[in-house]
Amino acid sequence: MRKSIKLGLGAALALSVSTAAVFADNVKIAFIDPLSGPFASTGTNGLHQFEFAAETLVNAKGGVLGGDMFEILAFDNKISPKESLIQLQVAIDQGARYIVQGNSSGVANALTEAIDKHNRRNPDSQVLFLNYSAVDPALTNEKCNFWHFRFDPHVDMKMAALTDMIAENQDIKKVYVIGQDYSFGKAVADAAVSMLAEKRPDIEIVGNELHPIGKVKDFTPYSRKIVSSGADAVITGNWGADMLGLGKSILENGFEGPIFTYYAAADGITAAFGESGVDSLYLVAEGDDNPPPKPETQEYVKAFKAKYPDGNMSQTRITNVMQMLAQAIDAAGTATDVVKVATALEGMHFTDSLWSTEDMYMRPQDHQVIQDIHIFGHQPVAAPYDMDNSGYGLKVQYTVKDASADIATTCDMKRP
Amino acid sequence: MDLVLVNLIDGLVTGLLLFMLSAGLTLIFSMMGVLNFAHASFYMLGAYFAYQISIALGFWMGLLVAPLIVGVIGAGVERYGLRRVHQYGHVPELIFTFGLALLIEELVQFIWGKNQLPYQIPEVLNFTAFAISGNSIPAYKVFMIFISIAIFIGLLYVLTKTRVGMIIQAALSYPRTVEALGHNVPLIFMGVFGVGTALAGVAGVIAGPVLGTFPGMAFVLGSIVFVTIVIGGLGSLWGALVASLLIGWITTFAKSYNIRMEDILNGIGISTPENLGDSMFRDIWTVTSPQIADILPYILMVLILIFRPYGLFGNRDA
Repeated sequence: MRKSIKLGLGAALALSVSTAAVFADNVKIAFIDPLSGPFASTGTNGLHQFEFAAETLVNAKGGVLGGDMFEILAFDNKISPKESLIQLQVAIDQGARYIVQGNSSGVANALTEAIDKHNRRNPDSQVLFLNYSAVDPALTNEKCNFWHFRFDPHVDMKMAALTDMIAENQDIKKVYVIGQDYSFGKAVADAAVSMLAEKRPDIEIVGNELHPIGKVKDFTPYSRKIVSSGADAVITGNWGADMLGLGKSILENGFEGPIFTYYAAADGITAAFGESGVDSLYLVAEGDDNPPPKPETQEYVKAFKAKYPDGNMSQTRITNVMQMLAQAIDAAGTATDVVKVATALEGMHFTDSLWSTEDMYMRPQDHQVIQDIHIFGHQPVAAPYDMDNSGYGLKVQYTVKDASADIATTCDMKRP
Repeated sequence: MDLVLVNLIDGLVTGLLLFMLSAGLTLIFSMMGVLNFAHASFYMLGAYFAYQISIALGFWMGLLVAPLIVGVIGAGVERYGLRRVHQYGHVPELIFTFGLALLIEELVQFIWGKNQLPYQIPEVLNFTAFAISGNSIPAYKVFMIFISIAIFIGLLYVLTKTRVGMIIQAALSYPRTVEALGHNVPLIFMGVFGVGTALAGVAGVIAGPVLGTFPGMAFVLGSIVFVTIVIGGLGSLWGALVASLLIGWITTFAKSYNIRMEDILNGIGISTPENLGDSMFRDIWTVTSPQIADILPYILMVLILIFRPYGLFGNRDA
């Protein structure tokens, strides 16, 4: 009897050790973003892109460190900073060493602070924060830290590219700036005003306005003001329903100039604009033309659309995050000592991006990726490279090579 | 001056849209004495059904059929839901409609997803009707105005000039007497509820392409509809019309002109503090009318409740 208990215990022990061993081979990456609530579609689409990138670009090619697999753990933060911190703790407890997050700079600010604190207090379970979409400039400036890496160009870098394009267009004499009344909307407006003043002092800012975020039922009065101001172009950082409402209203009420945006695509927006947005909507982002020139990228998009027919390849930087992380882990020779991985990641030159033939550079001073930034136009695009399966998508109209490579940073990075 | 005219038209469109929602709500309230929290959800259902129908049969079939479906659903809700809850009093009724609103929103997300739907203005109406000094008025807006006015006139005619209308009005005030005269009062109630929700459905069908068809559309309009019927006077159709137009014009004009609080305060003789940046009242001084446009109706409601609690057109005992 006693012997059998011992045997059972031994077997259980062996089993638990062996499962632990199996899990130890997985590099756990915690995805903390909204998976429920009003932003669920953006979050879920991002999660699918991460899972697909990890599976296709890393695991299917043999993983990292000669056989360790990437495993994406999904955590729903309901886009609340408070909830995100709880999920961060759960993720760390489950053994995640890499945190990816992108929706809302408010969340990113909370996470980067919490991770900095955690890493100082718990040298045994340090984690890295791979920010794929939160574009508040502060994250790589005054709030920067060694654990945070950003793969998306921030507000000022995008605005620099946008204003480069505007500056070259001599037809634009008057610009109207409108945005949502919170930190991001204000950052966009400030950047637009100061950069235009520098590059084209003759351009008049005929309106600079903020509206309540997510509360405007009808944008008609705003678009009336825009039209009657005589503006030749509109700049807005609006996203979601505010982007769609504002854009549609401006176009319906007779505005004919370009509308320069940050987020006027995917998640239903491209489909809802349809024909009306052609030659009017522009969007600044990283990424590549559609269809992408590289054959392997075309295959990748096709495979993604086959797996997620309703999904959008809307955040191309996600593949860069996965590939650069894999490359850094291989270079560091470890997935658990994140200081080594971070050291390999900073200053990395990355040439294998699906979306660019150019070299990407993780600037060590502030952990900001330097890459080409494009201004895309809303144009007819054939499936599967369109957005929302609508027959419309993004075509490159203007490119800034190595955009803002020398943009100043106030980051004073403290390395462990 | 030209912009004033444009704003009058824009405000009229907003106001009439609001009227179509509040007319049904105020009728239902005067009939059953219960505020239907799910009213804006029927507006949302109207837009979603119309979108679905417009894919297969075009916009006009959507305009025709979607409100009918919404009305039938509304009548079903009254017959099999509210009528049973009614015997337990008003609070359970309120909670029932509140729960219904949440349920409909979840259901809509479940079926159509969380994204905004590409519900578009029909091709025939997708042109500029006329322009006033560069501000174009889309034909669709003119169409919205005509539909709303037609519905108002039709409703007014039925309620005041026809036999059915007289029975409804009598049933609203003296249900027992009307019942004693041999009329089927529960059927009348069900009919009014159905028509009220169908009106909300119509509003959804024609507002969906302009204001967007997304799961939050009921929530965005829900509270303002209640404000409208409180201002207009609960149960009054004319009140609902006047209050809707009032709200439409107030919000439109407040958004169109950058009236700054600083100018108003200076105008009444208070001078701007020396160092505004440090002043504790900085936020009040720097407020502009577009920023507070959407809360002006709520301020109006509070004032109405203080000075005329029964609303602009309400009866004292309603």
